[in-house]
Formats: sequence, structure tokens, C-alpha cells
Amino acid sequence: MEFILLLGTPLAGAITLGLIGNRRWAAEANSLFSLGTFLAACALTVRVIGAGNLLVGREQFFIDPFNVFLVTLTAFVGLTTSLFSRPYMRIETERGRITPGRLRLYHSMYQLFMATMLIALTTNNLGLMWVAMEAATLSTVLLVTLYRTPASLEAGWKYFILCGVGIAQALFGTMLVYFAAEKVVGAEGVTALLWTHLFVVKGQLEPVVLSLAFVFLLVGYGTKVGLAPLHNWLPDAHAEGPTPISAVLSGLLLNVAIYAVVRCKVLVEGSLQTQLPSRMLMGFGLLSVVLAAFFLWRQRDIKRLFAYSSIEHMGIIAFAFGIGGPIANFAALLHMTVHSLTKSAIFFAVGHATQKAGTQLIADIRGLVTLSPTVGWGLMIGTLAILGMPPFGLFASEFLILTTAMREQPWATPILLLALGVAFAAIFGRVQPMVFGDSNVKRLPHSPALLPVFAHLGLVLMLGVFIPPYLAHWYRAAALLIGGH
Amino acid sequence: MSPLPFSLQLVNALATLLLLSSFAMLSQRRVVSLVNLLALQGTVLFLATLLLAWRTGQHHLYVSAALTLALKVCFLPWLLHRLIRKLGVYWDAEPLLNISGTMLLGVLIVVFSFGLAQPIVALASTATRSGIGIAIAVILLAFLTMITRRKATSQLIGFLSMENGLFFGAMSATYGMPMIVELGVALDVLVAMLVLGVFFFQIREQFDSLDLHHLESLKEGK
Repeated sequence: MEFILLLGTPLAGAITLGLIGNRRWAAEANSLFSLGTFLAACALTVRVIGAGNLLVGREQFFIDPFNVFLVTLTAFVGLTTSLFSRPYMRIETERGRITPGRLRLYHSMYQLFMATMLIALTTNNLGLMWVAMEAATLSTVLLVTLYRTPASLEAGWKYFILCGVGIAQALFGTMLVYFAAEKVVGAEGVTALLWTHLFVVKGQLEPVVLSLAFVFLLVGYGTKVGLAPLHNWLPDAHAEGPTPISAVLSGLLLNVAIYAVVRCKVLVEGSLQTQLPSRMLMGFGLLSVVLAAFFLWRQRDIKRLFAYSSIEHMGIIAFAFGIGGPIANFAALLHMTVHSLTKSAIFFAVGHATQKAGTQLIADIRGLVTLSPTVGWGLMIGTLAILGMPPFGLFASEFLILTTAMREQPWATPILLLALGVAFAAIFGRVQPMVFGDSNVKRLPHSPALLPVFAHLGLVLMLGVFIPPYLAHWYRAAALLIGGH
Repeated sequence: MSPLPFSLQLVNALATLLLLSSFAMLSQRRVVSLVNLLALQGTVLFLATLLLAWRTGQHHLYVSAALTLALKVCFLPWLLHRLIRKLGVYWDAEPLLNISGTMLLGVLIVVFSFGLAQPIVALASTATRSGIGIAIAVILLAFLTMITRRKATSQLIGFLSMENGLFFGAMSATYGMPMIVELGVALDVLVAMLVLGVFFFQIREQFDSLDLHHLESLKEGK
């Protein structure tokens, strides 16, 4: 029941918001549907805590420790982003950057995007996961081009074609998995793509085919994760679309994509008995971290800056999953959570800052803190958190990842430390003058929604100091499930 | 080795036709002809699926044949022709690489694909396993088509041809994917086309052209 509500609410929201169009209360309706989704996710979580794993819809959907916390996180960030987007989009409409008619598209696609991500997270069928991932791209293409500027059209086209081609590789990978599974599970093929079934027989799957499949799956879903060198679409799509979309792309979509990669990795590693998938994840992860850290220096646009920071953090997460084992997996899961919360909080603050300054260029945004202390401090605290300063949650997860790397893969530690240092200098050096110093920003016609910013940062702070026992329990259960080593 | 039954020989002939049409796409500069080639690929896929369905007696293949007929033979080419007429793009610009060079590269790709398919073919038990190499070749040739083209419509047609290759690969290796996945993929292709239809009009409204060199301003260090 909770499950039907979880997927049904955003789908119903997409249809309703498409029908009611640009009424004045469309934004409130959007938040209401998001709230419904979040409540359904909470109810589902409570039920899973009580009853354990869940299989629904003829085994096509399932909930286990790995996806349940991602579902809740996705629904939560979906809710806070919808709260942030209400004043943000209202200001954009009044400034004439988008027509009211396009708001209808925006709200409807926002709900559809949420639905596709939740389907991708909860489906047990690797084929359906692919379908949902592709649908998530399609529902956001028109959101990236919402402003219809030349740059946004270019970003949208790049996003579509790169992710489309990437995800076609993933379909080929999925096909190969099906091909290998059919030999073991039986020719009927009804259950041959169901993850729970594959997990049971993973030791018997043909290793040659699966290693080939993993290459295609990693390249395919890795494009969506934004792993270097397949990251080209990411900064453009983040910078040119409306800021609420940047927040959900960065905070949620990348998580869902890496979730898909890890689900596949578990199967392939079980079949291969070698380290190939881990090595590949580590390699791509490290390359992303290093490349992103150096690209950070060249950024002049604040949203592009934080987009590259997302690539860096996705690299760290991929690297940690590559190390494998209970501790590194635990750290990677924690990092996924805190990165998602922090990065979306930063995008909320950045969104209001760019509206106040009327530009996204870093050099033209100065002294936020004098006119609007909350936006300024929100951005500053968020930046410190994303850079891994204690006592925030990212410090805890990065610390765990680094210490594990030191023990398991000592060669990688200096590279990681160097990249983190470079990233710190680049981002802090750019954000500091934006927040402090002489001011050049204006007041906004609607009061900005800053509750989401501080709610997120508060949670990140809490996760840095204290992880609630049931959450830690989940993380541990999920880390064991993912395995490695 | 006993000779292949006639219906399977026919499927192999169709596979060859698919590969040939991929090469034709690689060299074709008229956008209208590209769409016709895409329709031809769709027809070939439809016939191959129908033959296989009849031969193996798997009912879900009839459904996917019907889906192919509706989507790839009728709807997509119709939509693309309409788009081309409305947008007035009839010719692609000079490809980024000259045609004979592209063709040579294409031949190398085919050799490489058959090498890549070797381990899969060795394990496959379907009667159509020889098609796997061709499917990979079609996917990679479509990729090459996309890389060497400048116009958004030609890139899109390359993308759809890649999807054809994937479909044929699934057919040859496992007689298609589970029904629910095939339906989902078809839905995604359909939605992608509709989204892009809207998108092309946005590009044109903004630039008065579908030439992608307008879309090259977002470079690093700008």
C-alpha cells in the first residue's frame, strides 16, 4: 500500500499538474505532491524496519537496506527542493525569464522526474531500471532547456545525446546480463533479469559475458554518474537549467545512477571472483576526482563550479565502492547521503544569490552577507561542509574513505589528498569573496525559502557528529550486501 | 554441419541487409534518404522478428514484431519526414570526415565487432547467434554516423539506428528481452522522439538552423 502511494503520488502529481496548468497555486500543489511522496516513503521505511525486505508487484519491485534509505533521501530532497522552487520560480517568472505556460511543463516534469527516479531505485528488474533511467533523462531534457537561451539549448542537446548514447551502452550491458542469466535461470526468461534471482545464482553466471557486460554497464550508467571522461554533459546541464533542477540533478540523479552501477557490480563481482569491477570503479573514480579538482580552477560560473565539485564527489564515492568491504562501503553510502543533502543546500543558496546579483558569474557576485546574512552564511557553511570540514558529515565519510584507502590501496592516498587540497583551495578562494566584502546585490521581491538550506545543513551536521543507531544499522546492512573483497 | 533451414537463411540474409543499410547511412548526405534507410532498417527488423516468431513459436515475439511495425516502420519515419518538411532541412553539411575515409573506418569496425562477438557467439544457443556480430557492427556504425554528422536530425537518425542494432542484438542472442522491458524501451524511444520534436523547434526558433556548430559555445575556460 505504502509502495503504491510512493510511486503513485508523483505520477498522479505529474498528470494533475499537467492538467491544472499555471494556476497561482500550482507551486503549492507541487510541494503538496512532494510531501505526499515523502510521507509514503516514511511509512514504507517504518514498515521495512518492522517487517524486513519487501517484494511487491510480482517481484518486479523490491525494498532492501541498500535502496530504502536512498528512497527516503530522494523523497526528502524532492520535498525541500519543491519548497525552494516556489519563490525561486515565481521570481524567475516575474523577471520574464520564463513564461507562465512553461511553469506547467516545469511542475509536471518535476513530478515525473521524481517518479522515474523512485522507480529506478525500487525496481527489481534490471531492464526496468534501464527504462526508468532513460525516462529520467527524457523528463529533464526539456527542463534544462526551460530558459530557451542558446546556451541552455546546447546544454540540453548535449545532455540528451551523451546520456542517450551512454545509456544505449547500458542497455547492451543489460542484454548481456540477461543472456548470461537465461542459461542459468532457465529459458522462460521471466525471472532472468530480476536482481534478487540473479543475486542467488551470481556464482554460476558466465564470467566472460559478465565482464563484458560490466564494461558496457559502467560506461553507460557511468555517463549519468558523470564519471570522467564521460562527464561533459554535467556542468552544462547544471549551469544552464533552472537552479531547482541543478539541485535535484546533482543531489539525486547522480546518486541513482551510481546506485545502478553498484547493483550491477555486486552481481558481476559475484560471478567473476576477480577484482576487475573494483579496479575499474577505482580507476574511473580517481580520474574523476583529479580531473574535476583541476577543472575547478578554470570555472568562472558559480553553478559550473559546484557542478565540477559534484563530479569530484561522485569520483570519491565510486572510488570508495571500488575499495569495497564493509567500512569503505559504509563510508560511500554515508558520503552519498551527506553529499546529496549538502550539494542541494548549496544550490538553493546559490540560486538565491544569483537572483540577487542577476548573474551567475563569480566575479560579479560580491558581499552577500551584508545584505542578506542568511543566504551568505548558508552558502558559506554549505561550502565548508562540502569541502569536508569537521564537524560536518562529509568530514566523517571522507576521513573513513581516506583511512581505508591508506590501509587497502596506499598508492591512491596521496593522489586523493592532493586532489582534495586543490579542490579546497579552488572552491574556498572563489566563494569567500562572494560572501564577504563590499556588497553589490539587490533585494528580492519574494522572501527566499531558506528553511530547506538550513534543514539540510543541520542534518549534515548531525550526521557528522552522531549517526542514529537505526541509520547506522541500515548502512551496515547495505554495506554487507554490497560486499567486495 | 547440416544446412540451415530456409527460414533461418532468410533471417541471415535480412541481417546482411541491416548491415548494408548501416553502411548506406554512413555515406548518405540527404536527410530524406537517411530517414528512408531508417525505415528500411525498421522493415528488416520487423520481417526478421516475424520469421523468428513463426520459427520458434515464441508468442511474445509476435507482439514485439507488431510494435516494430507500428513504431519503426510507420510512426517514426512519418514523424521524421514531417519534421524535415516543417524545418526545411534536406541536406546535411559536408561530413567531418570524407566519405571514403569513413567507409574504410566502417570496415575496420565490422572486423572488430566480429572479434568482440566471438565469446558471446561461442556461448549462445540460439539458432540466430551469427547475428550478434552484425548487431554490434550496426551499433558501432551508428555511433560513427553520429560522430561524423553535424546536423541534429542526422545525429538523431544515427541514434535511432543504434537502437535498431541493440534490438537486433537482443533478438539474435536471446530471442528478445522480457516483454515488460521491450515495452518500456519502445515507450522510451517514442517519448524521446516527441521530446526531440519539441526540442528541434526550440533550436530552430533560436538559431534559424539545425546546424550543430551553433551549439558549440559552451567550452571550457570560456
